[in-house]
Amino acid sequence: MGDWMTVTDRGLSSESKSISQYTSEIKMSPSSLYSQQVLCSSIPLSKNVHSFFSAFCTEDNIEQSVSYLDQELTTFGFPSLYEESKGKETKRELNIVAVLNCMNELLVLQRKNLLAQENVETQNLKLGSDMDHLQSCYSKLKEQLETSRREMIGLQERDRQLQCKNRNLHQLLKNEKDEVQKLQNIIASRATQYNHDMKRKEREYNKLKERLHQLVMNKKDKKIAMDILNYVGRADGKRGSWRTGKTEARNEDEMYKILLNDYEYRQKQILMENAELKKVLQQMKKEMISLLSPQKKKPRERVDDSTGTVISDVEEDAGELSRESMWDLSCETVREQLTNSIRKQWRILKSHVEKLDNQVSKVHLEGFNDEDVISRQDHEQETEKLELEIQQCKEMIKTQQQLLQQQLATACDDDTTSLLRDCYLLEEKERLKEEWSLFKEQKKNFERERRSFTEAAIRLGLERKAFEEERASWLKQQFLNMTTFDHQNSENVKLFSAFSGSSDRDNLTVHSRQPQKKPHSVSNGSPVCMSKLTKSLPASPSTSDFCQTRSCISEHSSINVLNITPEEIKPNQVGGECTNQKWSVASRPGSQEGCYSGCSLTYTNSHVEKDDLP
Amino acid sequence: MNFSEVFKLSSLLCKFSPDGKYLASCVQYRLVVRDVNTLQILQLYTCLDQIQHIEWSADSLFILCAMYKRGLVQVWSLEQPEWHCKIDEGSAGLVASCWSPDGRHILNTTEFHLRITVWSLCTKSVSYIKYPKACLQGITFTRDGRYMALAERRDCKDYVSIFVCSDWQLLRHFDTDTQDLTGIEWAPNGCVLAVWDTCLEYKILLYSLDGRLLSAYSAYEWSLGIKSVAWSPSSQFLAVGSYDGKVRILNHVTWKMITEFGHPATINNPKTVVYKEAQKSPQLGLGCLSFPPPGAGAGPLPSSESKYEIASVPVSLQTLKPVTDRANPKIGIGMLAFSPDSYFLATRNDNTPNAVWVWDIQKLRLFAVLEQLSPVRTFQWDPQQPRLAICTGGSRLYLWSPAGCMSVQVPGEGDFAVLSLCWHLSGDSMALLSKDHVCLCFLETEAAVSTACRQLGGHT
Repeated sequence: MGDWMTVTDRGLSSESKSISQYTSEIKMSPSSLYSQQVLCSSIPLSKNVHSFFSAFCTEDNIEQSVSYLDQELTTFGFPSLYEESKGKETKRELNIVAVLNCMNELLVLQRKNLLAQENVETQNLKLGSDMDHLQSCYSKLKEQLETSRREMIGLQERDRQLQCKNRNLHQLLKNEKDEVQKLQNIIASRATQYNHDMKRKEREYNKLKERLHQLVMNKKDKKIAMDILNYVGRADGKRGSWRTGKTEARNEDEMYKILLNDYEYRQKQILMENAELKKVLQQMKKEMISLLSPQKKKPRERVDDSTGTVISDVEEDAGELSRESMWDLSCETVREQLTNSIRKQWRILKSHVEKLDNQVSKVHLEGFNDEDVISRQDHEQETEKLELEIQQCKEMIKTQQQLLQQQLATACDDDTTSLLRDCYLLEEKERLKEEWSLFKEQKKNFERERRSFTEAAIRLGLERKAFEEERASWLKQQFLNMTTFDHQNSENVKLFSAFSGSSDRDNLTVHSRQPQKKPHSVSNGSPVCMSKLTKSLPASPSTSDFCQTRSCISEHSSINVLNITPEEIKPNQVGGECTNQKWSVASRPGSQEGCYSGCSLTYTNSHVEKDDLP
Repeated sequence: MNFSEVFKLSSLLCKFSPDGKYLASCVQYRLVVRDVNTLQILQLYTCLDQIQHIEWSADSLFILCAMYKRGLVQVWSLEQPEWHCKIDEGSAGLVASCWSPDGRHILNTTEFHLRITVWSLCTKSVSYIKYPKACLQGITFTRDGRYMALAERRDCKDYVSIFVCSDWQLLRHFDTDTQDLTGIEWAPNGCVLAVWDTCLEYKILLYSLDGRLLSAYSAYEWSLGIKSVAWSPSSQFLAVGSYDGKVRILNHVTWKMITEFGHPATINNPKTVVYKEAQKSPQLGLGCLSFPPPGAGAGPLPSSESKYEIASVPVSLQTLKPVTDRANPKIGIGMLAFSPDSYFLATRNDNTPNAVWVWDIQKLRLFAVLEQLSPVRTFQWDPQQPRLAICTGGSRLYLWSPAGCMSVQVPGEGDFAVLSLCWHLSGDSMALLSKDHVCLCFLETEAAVSTACRQLGGHT
């Protein structure tokens, strides 16, 4: 902006200068203005001047005007128009060369000035537009500033309101808290007061009771009595004993015995559970090792150093731990090793499974573009092509046959012509026959080729099937291995432990419960829903049988805690139960609504899953 | 399912003997003992007044009949009908009477809980126990009958005394950290005693047989607390039902809570089976009116049929709005019972009185909900298998087992309103009690049941 201002100033000053010049000229010599005008003023101005004044120089005043011009020019620093006078008296001569030079210089100057003026004008214009732009910018920014200022004010207002609200809420919260506190205090004080009152009342009550007791009990109430025909014997057949210190001691002993028994019993349970869990871990470990070790031997499989060492180290561990005696060690000694190794193996297994998964997905992605699989498409294309060819051949043969027949027919129709053409016909026949046999041969060839192709296709299909089977079995194997671990790892174990935790008896009941859930005679499934139901309700004889066997087992196991016999017996029985259970699902009324069948299916006890393990 | 004929009964007093051979029932002042199988009257005893309480001795040889109004207890022998015994508490009065586990002692609680008198049938000896606490469940015997725990109150403090039942010797005596003890209960294994505080405070304490405090548990403060407590038959779990409508299960190892069973008014879990009792009015077509359906000859046709329907989740249950400014509000878990195999837990939330909740304890989740048409009066587990019998004061008996659910109309003249029921210990039969009748219900072997069902097809 400043630039622009200065520029305008300069312009103004130059203008004013020219004006002042002009006025001074007028003042100085109005008659000699013409020459001046021609030389230095702009063209439009000179025109104007011409219109107002007659010429600057006339015949009469050449001298004056020349001298005036000379004067003027010398003041502007031009050389004098006159020649150097040789003598004082001599009249100075007008130097034409100098005049011309002066004129030329003046013209050049004029042109320069014009150019400069033009430049200045354009610059002026440019600057003007710039200024406009900047002004608009300025106003826009000003507006923006205004709006943002307004916004800010609004926001500040809102902030203030929110803060106000917040303060109010805080206040409310505080009030509520106070209220709660107050209420709690009230409750507490009421409670204490209540307790106090109660105590007071109770004391009174006790006093009254005492009084009553004295009144009722102490005076010999004849009514309080037992009227009995004869005393009966004790249930145990023994006679009552006197209370002595001995009996007291005996009672104490007995009590502690009972407590001890209970604790022992519980310890046994816990031991059993521990053994069971250890066994599970052991088994898991073994299976993991068996699963992981062959993989190590595979040449294709890139075995990391770490995994290799882990496995070998694990195997050593297994060798150590598989000894039965290790199980009896306290958990603390074995736990570390066992859990660590299992954790490691689990990690390996996991990574392995992931790898396998990736591979499987890759195979799926690649589709059937692999060596033995590709040929199917080709084969199909080929057979199609062949079939097309055969079709063509057949058509050809047909047309030929038709032609032949036509010819023959025509031959038969017209004897004369036939006679005429006989010779040709024979020839042709011969040729056709030849061709016919050729075609037949070709056809045969085609047939053979086709057969071979179909055979190949069949063979391929078989191969494919075998391959599929192999893959399925492999996947199944993989999955089974995984699921066995899942079972062991799942919460079921935890649950089981929670259950078996305390009592043999409980275990028994849990097991024996299962058969009770299911009806045994579902096969005759009568349509009446209720009959099915009631059938399921009473205990069936087989249930009690089962209970008996169970109790036998439980006795057995209670004698020999770490005996595994119950485990050995379980699976088949449990399996039977399982199937029964499925029947029960079918029989229950709920299964009309299909969605609920899942509900009772969930019965499959954790034991079942567990015991299914080899 | 077969039903016996109905017998008279008063005050719902009807009990199977512990050995399962006999059935004792009271009609006013008469005590009738029947054979369970033939239902023939074996003995008939006449008491001095209307009987208010009966109890079999543990060996099924004696029956105790208490007449609280007169302060009298009469004992009858099954073996010797002429034998008699009468205990008069005189002016001290009588509020409770029970057998000791040996069946040779009777514990009588006098009025105002002044004392407990232990009468012996073997000797002349009489023992007194002072300061028994007047509470809901102040006496409990271990299942083996060796020990008795008794809640006492002295000097405004709660105590528990443990007695040896064989000679009534005090074994342990300790104070409990309770405001106002409400109940005590032995674990079935007889080694742990659960002691819980009044409903004003949620507090349950567990004591060992030797009086050591094993653990104390409190779920919350400043609100109504425990309403009901039940041990699992395996002694592994202790279920605590409280006024907040939740059951908390404590374990026997750490005595900490394993899980919390809420009783929401809407059931969303699709794994839970919700049985809804539905009533169907018989269709009164013209044909039906003129020809009564076959099979209804046994009794008059019930006015309506009811059956269970499986409701699809989410199901919302009928709830009562409790009156909170009265004592004993109808909220919270009022009834709790473990199945004999500890596998299921049946509960009733008192503000959804029509529903019975059955929880799977092994999976620790809700297994089934039965919503009845009327409030559930009682439920009891079959002593032999997970089978739950429910009555609602109507003429129907409801049975639940994991396989399903059914409702059975009790046949007979008029409506037999089943107010209470008790199982025979074999689980083959049960006694259904109405206001003044008793009826036996036989759940027999499959063949019998299926024929019975065919007969009863119209009713169910």
